[in-house]
Amino acid sequence: MTEMLDIVASAPFWIAVLRIATPLIFGTIGVLLCERAGVLNLGIEGIMVAGAFAGWLAVYQGASLSTGVLVAAAVGALFGLLHGALTVVLALSQHVTGLGITLFATSLSYYAYRVSFPKVSSPPTVNPFGEAHLFDGLPAIGPVLSAQTPLTLLALAIVPLIAYVLYRTPVGLAVRMVGENPAAAEGQGLSVNGVRIGAIVTGSALMGVGGAFLTLSAFNAFYFNMINGRGWICVALVVFASWRPGKALLGAILFAAFDALQLRLQQSSGATLPYQVYLMIPYLLSILALALVARRAAYPQALMKPYRKGER
Amino acid sequence: MRSLLNLRLEARARVPLAMALASPFVAVAFTLLACAGLIVWAGAPVSRAYALLFESAFGSRFAIGETLTRATPLILTGLSCAVAFRAHFYNIGAEGQLYLGALAAVAVGGSAIALPAPILFPLMIAAGMAAGALLLAVPALAKTRLGVDEVVTTLLLNFVALLFVSMMLDGPMKDTTAMGWPQSVPIRPELEFGKLLERSRVHVGLIIAVALALALWVVNVRTTFGYEMRAVGANARAARFAGIPVDSVMLKTALLSGALAGLAGVGEVAGRAGYLTLDMSPGYGYSGIVIAMLAGLNPLGVVLAAVFVAGLIVGADSMSRAVGVPTYLADVIVSVSLLSMLVATMLARYRVRWS
Amino acid sequence: MPPPVLRLSGITKRFGALVANDAISLELASGEVLALLGENGAGKSTLVNILFGHYVGDAGAIEAFGEPLPPGDPASALAAGIGMVHQHFTLGDNLSVLDNVLLGTEKLWRPFSRRREARARLTEISKQFGLTVDANARIADLSVGERQRVEILKALYRGARILILDEPTAVLTPQESEALFATLKTLVADGLSIIFISHKLDEVLAVSQRIAVLRQGRLVAIRDPAASSKAELAELMVGRRVDAPVRKLTRGVSTPEVLLSVRELTAGGKLTRASFEVRRGEIFGIAGVSGNGQAQLADALCGLLPPAQGEIRIGNRSISPDPHAFVHARVGRVPEDRSSVGIIGDLAIWENAISERYREPRFARTGWLQRDAAKAQAQRIVEQFDVRCSGLDAPAKSMSGGNIQKLILGRALVDDPQIIIASQPTWGLDVGAVSYIHGELLAARERGAAIVLISEDLDELFAIADRIAVMFHGVLSEARDDWTVTQIGLAMAGGAQFAHAQPA
Repeated sequence: MTEMLDIVASAPFWIAVLRIATPLIFGTIGVLLCERAGVLNLGIEGIMVAGAFAGWLAVYQGASLSTGVLVAAAVGALFGLLHGALTVVLALSQHVTGLGITLFATSLSYYAYRVSFPKVSSPPTVNPFGEAHLFDGLPAIGPVLSAQTPLTLLALAIVPLIAYVLYRTPVGLAVRMVGENPAAAEGQGLSVNGVRIGAIVTGSALMGVGGAFLTLSAFNAFYFNMINGRGWICVALVVFASWRPGKALLGAILFAAFDALQLRLQQSSGATLPYQVYLMIPYLLSILALALVARRAAYPQALMKPYRKGER
Repeated sequence: MRSLLNLRLEARARVPLAMALASPFVAVAFTLLACAGLIVWAGAPVSRAYALLFESAFGSRFAIGETLTRATPLILTGLSCAVAFRAHFYNIGAEGQLYLGALAAVAVGGSAIALPAPILFPLMIAAGMAAGALLLAVPALAKTRLGVDEVVTTLLLNFVALLFVSMMLDGPMKDTTAMGWPQSVPIRPELEFGKLLERSRVHVGLIIAVALALALWVVNVRTTFGYEMRAVGANARAARFAGIPVDSVMLKTALLSGALAGLAGVGEVAGRAGYLTLDMSPGYGYSGIVIAMLAGLNPLGVVLAAVFVAGLIVGADSMSRAVGVPTYLADVIVSVSLLSMLVATMLARYRVRWS
Repeated sequence: MPPPVLRLSGITKRFGALVANDAISLELASGEVLALLGENGAGKSTLVNILFGHYVGDAGAIEAFGEPLPPGDPASALAAGIGMVHQHFTLGDNLSVLDNVLLGTEKLWRPFSRRREARARLTEISKQFGLTVDANARIADLSVGERQRVEILKALYRGARILILDEPTAVLTPQESEALFATLKTLVADGLSIIFISHKLDEVLAVSQRIAVLRQGRLVAIRDPAASSKAELAELMVGRRVDAPVRKLTRGVSTPEVLLSVRELTAGGKLTRASFEVRRGEIFGIAGVSGNGQAQLADALCGLLPPAQGEIRIGNRSISPDPHAFVHARVGRVPEDRSSVGIIGDLAIWENAISERYREPRFARTGWLQRDAAKAQAQRIVEQFDVRCSGLDAPAKSMSGGNIQKLILGRALVDDPQIIIASQPTWGLDVGAVSYIHGELLAARERGAAIVLISEDLDELFAIADRIAVMFHGVLSEARDDWTVTQIGLAMAGGAQFAHAQPA
């Protein structure tokens, strides 16, 4: 027990937590935007793979790290556009389309990787983001924040930004309304499909950046099975967060904390349990979190209901 | 741009049968066309690559044997997903159920239990089906009792199931005599599925799979359970109003779906490989989803769609070795087929109108 | 004479084979209240939806204040000064009144919303027109009448000079309707012009300066209310002479035997207390504005909602809250939502006909469906209840609303139930279908069934119910057989004292 407290009280622990949480924050906020607009985006897992690959490839071919991040965002946005075209304009099943896009984005990325690097034995590396060393002087959280890379700080900044946009700007109100009652939005002269697609594209761009964090910051190469279910965990976290950005951040950090804890327990306690048990914990926790909140979940009322204009 | 965003869909009064039947073929044709670009990118000649693909899948007795062998688990996972999706129960966990089914089969069939083969054989199959069913029961109960969406729970359980199998392969089920990657104790020879064709790997599992497809089709159309499944899948609220026990039907459907996926695992260990390894399934569970959609959730269609996807996988393997196109092409073709199929089906049912 | 504020020319709209609007040409004068009268399905809603831009007409043009109006674009309609109060409110339930009013009124890319100014302006407008509502309230917490006020405020906030109201009184008590008419007078005094859609003759005669009658998509007449009568308007609406209502409130053929008794029922959060008994051969009506617990009562009476307290007894036995138990106890049920709850649209008509009884021995043996017996039952229902369809194998959703309802009614009545629960059975149907369904309910009453009729349509209740009780805020009043419209209206708005029989 004291061992756990020791771990939790140390700065290196929280440094790791924020690092682990970063892709989750991007992904969860991305899903949150889509679902607030009424669309379930199960393409997240594949979009994160595609963002990870595209961002990394751009940097490998000589672009700057920031450009790499932008490329990842653009690729994410493109897949989001595809998702929107199919689910919003053509009103296809959001479940199946999302899964199809995950399979498509993943396999396309792996294919592109193999075509570009047919004979490599170990993955080629790039120079990843370094520590940002901002906020050095702050007490307590100073050391934790300064050891983070720019993308993590970006993730932390995105949360209040998205919250502000959602609750205090006209476009945010529009996004919320199309997820609650699209007819109300149309009755006020807005384009339901336009707003929905905008939300999906933006959310998917964020997902892409979340993937790129893994290849350009946390690690420095592209591996197969890199995302490993993080996208699905984000989908669960959004429900847990009741579709609110602040709670999404909290959920991501809590989750990352458990993940970091199980890693350290595994290493330190001489592995009394097989390592697989520790690896299972994140997934089981997500399921538990879902089970706890599902009943009370305040769903956006128009979630997963396609809006067909002018239909009898 | 505005009119593109707001194009309207008018339901056709009656769907022309020709259109409905042609949808899968149109989808596949479009896919092959679109993916030709990928082949060009890999620097290979398109028509030769596709020709090789087809040839390696169907062009010889050996090829067909390989394709049918691959199709066997795909038919079962396809049926698993078709059954579930028809009830609007999105079982994305077929992969995990497959592995647990295989594990259970090995636990019974590779053990030293002193029972005669005629008893142990069905027991092994039942164990595999039960393992798959039980794994899916958890998300199913979570959905009916707690209202938890099953997509994420079934997905996450895939990871849990694979970790569990990995743990078993490192420990109690490990084949200590084998070198290299962890593998399980083998299935006893007398409990293996027999071969159907000489000099090929096609095994009895294929017969079981096709027979189940037929049986499911009959159940759907002629039995009360099939009626209940269709009613609940079409409109659970109205079904509940009519007095159909929706939760119970959902649960039974989930158990059936899980059992089918588990059976796919049994077939792979008892019919094809003989023992269980972690890389036994290249995503058969996920392919099952695509197969179910390509088949329009129809059990008989699943058989055809499974053979198609199996052919792609087998063909892409050989093609890749011959012309250097990465095997992932098969996955791209499968996923694009899925999306195209969705669009094609929609176009068959709706007329598209610009303002 | 000022020019008309609105001119519709030759508006035509087809949905497949159905011609919803057939070359309708109409003008709205400045400061006038124009009523659009017609029975359900006549094309009134379609016309105003085209006007507002929700639908695009197949032919025709619209001019607002002398300028052509681009079709199919609510934003243009709003910019031209047209506002609409929809029949089904277009409000986001989980958002506040202010959010709903503010939506779409600011440029989308402004970096911040001017909420304080908006709130002030909204308060000012609501005072000006006497439409009080709390700007911070969540829509879900408001009553139906208050929500309608928000709908109107949305339009006024945007400076509407033409206001369309689509069946606004369908969800109001008689007193709330009076308040609405007073509001309309204030709006007209302020210079607005109004299009008022209704199928209720009394209102239309009381409120409008001109009445445009639509029938089967065509504009058949324009009348001056001062020079017209209810009989004439009814005849124009339906196309033939319409006789006086089917039946007066009578004592009927009821006998003392109680078939259904409900005691201290509480359910679903919104139903607080309901106690009543229904006797053999009686139609027991339940009136009330939507949202006062009727839906919960209906669900409990259909077996869909387990009561939190109290019980439902059929004959002498308490019944368990399970739809199948109710079917087994010979309760015929007609749900409020016919297309999403009453039928399974994608299944065939014959499959829907047996959906409540598919497990009975005549339709299923050892798990195998007996298709022939099932189809025979479906055929019986289709013939007996005049269900028009393109074959028993056609999907149920391919039928019109009236025929879907006849199928549901037939399924409920064909095996001679002892109790019938009918919830809004004639909502949205044309006069012919309404009359047919009333006839069937009365015939069932003759045969001795105990019938519960839950309806928001007072005309319907007065026409066929023997006794009527009123739901308000989850409490069911005592039942009376001698209500006046004023009394029942007051009871619907909360005056429970009116539920007691008045001395002669």
